Amino acid sequence: MRLTCPHCGSRGLEEFSYRGDATVQRPALEAPEEDWVAYVYLRDNPCGAHRELWYHGAGCRAWLVVERDTLTHVVHNVRAVCREETP
Amino acid sequence: MSGERYSVFSLLRETLRGHSGWKPAWRKAVPQKTYDIVIVGGGGHGLATAYYLARRYGLTRIAVVEKGWIGGGNVGRNTTIVRSNYLLSGNIPFYEQSMKLWEGLEQDLNYNAMVSQRGVLNLLHNDAQRNAAIRRGNAMRLNGVDAELLDREAVRARLPFLDFGNARFPIQGGLLQRRGGTVRHDAVAWGYARAADRLGVDIIENCEVTGIRVHDGRVLGLETTRGFVGARKVGLACAGNSSRVAAMAGLRLPIESHVLQAFVSEGLKPFIDCVVTFGAGHFYVSQSDKGGLVFGGDIDGYNSYAQRGNLPVVEDVLESGIALMPRIGRVRLLRQWGGIMDMSMDGSPIIDRTSVAGLYLNAGWCYGGFKATPASGLCFAHLLARDEPHEVARAYRLDRFGMGAVIDEKGMGAQPNLH
Repeated sequence: MRLTCPHCGSRGLEEFSYRGDATVQRPALEAPEEDWVAYVYLRDNPCGAHRELWYHGAGCRAWLVVERDTLTHVVHNVRAVCREETP
Repeated sequence: MSGERYSVFSLLRETLRGHSGWKPAWRKAVPQKTYDIVIVGGGGHGLATAYYLARRYGLTRIAVVEKGWIGGGNVGRNTTIVRSNYLLSGNIPFYEQSMKLWEGLEQDLNYNAMVSQRGVLNLLHNDAQRNAAIRRGNAMRLNGVDAELLDREAVRARLPFLDFGNARFPIQGGLLQRRGGTVRHDAVAWGYARAADRLGVDIIENCEVTGIRVHDGRVLGLETTRGFVGARKVGLACAGNSSRVAAMAGLRLPIESHVLQAFVSEGLKPFIDCVVTFGAGHFYVSQSDKGGLVFGGDIDGYNSYAQRGNLPVVEDVLESGIALMPRIGRVRLLRQWGGIMDMSMDGSPIIDRTSVAGLYLNAGWCYGGFKATPASGLCFAHLLARDEPHEVARAYRLDRFGMGAVIDEKGMGAQPNLH
């Protein structure tokens, strides 16, 4: 599996760290406790298309949003995280 | 029990007639309309659950549905290690229960599972690790588990070829559990399947669950590729597919599925007589009776349902292996594969009811499902039969994450946050 970093081009997996599901959203501060428990612990964990965060630690150190298939490991899209979606 | 009993006499008889008389070890069952209890997942845990339900709890009308074939999932993909060298009070009694069941397993099942208590040795490389090992060893002994701290020379006497003088990670000793060891994993699946079948459990292979029928908050049965199967109670033991199956009943679990790779080398003369774990990296190795080195390391680290991994982890595991035992540098790798781990968020399992009445969950086994097989089956059977947790599995609650009662044995679940 290789990821094509928007800044650095196609790079091997060992340059990246996986940072989990990118679809979970941090609840509002005053949100009920169940929302926080769900945010911290519960995951959809899909078999198939998955949007996830990777960190290019041994490259440009950018945070990336990767769309990848968890069954085939095919990477569909890689882009830099934009400010609004920072969890 | 009905059916033929395996013994030295049956082996001798079949030897004399060219092994022409062996019968299949379990029936190819066809799903009936309804059962009292249906277990989803014919792996080690599911089969063990069905066996103990029939054997210890005297229940009948039990089925196990399996999407593939018996022995094709994680029960045939692990590194066969069994041990109970845990630290936390939520874990030790459970894994020790498992160890005790392993010790009597072959007689109980009338099946040769090649249980080999060859010892599990965790190596130590610095003072902090020694302190942690002493603490863990003491916790084990307080719970009646055997543990022995070996100094450097005692380790050297047993495994003289390890790299004791490694500049970064010199070996300073080890924590040994002599009762730990290995068990032939396929035989565990086959043995439980045969024993459960002989008690009347229907083992239905090639039967994938496609839906869970729930009415008024109560489970009614399962939609499968072989039709609807009604059930008063359904137990999920689906390992890496737990999230997928639970989602069919509207549940979201504190689990991510990750791929974990394992490796076997070409056959070598016997030279490692126990299970050895490297303390400075994630690497564990034992030698099979055929001579192959069986070893593994860390999960790949990203969500995956593919039963294969990627090369960076292969390199990482092999580097750890060479750092520990430089002499394996020219050994050739024979096989390498991946299994899908149900990584719970605190690294510990879940054996509990769910919010759907009649639906029970056995999941979150992370790296450690194989060694837990007998106790997991026993405790899940207890939960299904009595509707209350077994006393050694009380801590494995589904709601512990929200309660703050996580069991962080090693502080690592799906995201160890070490990188």
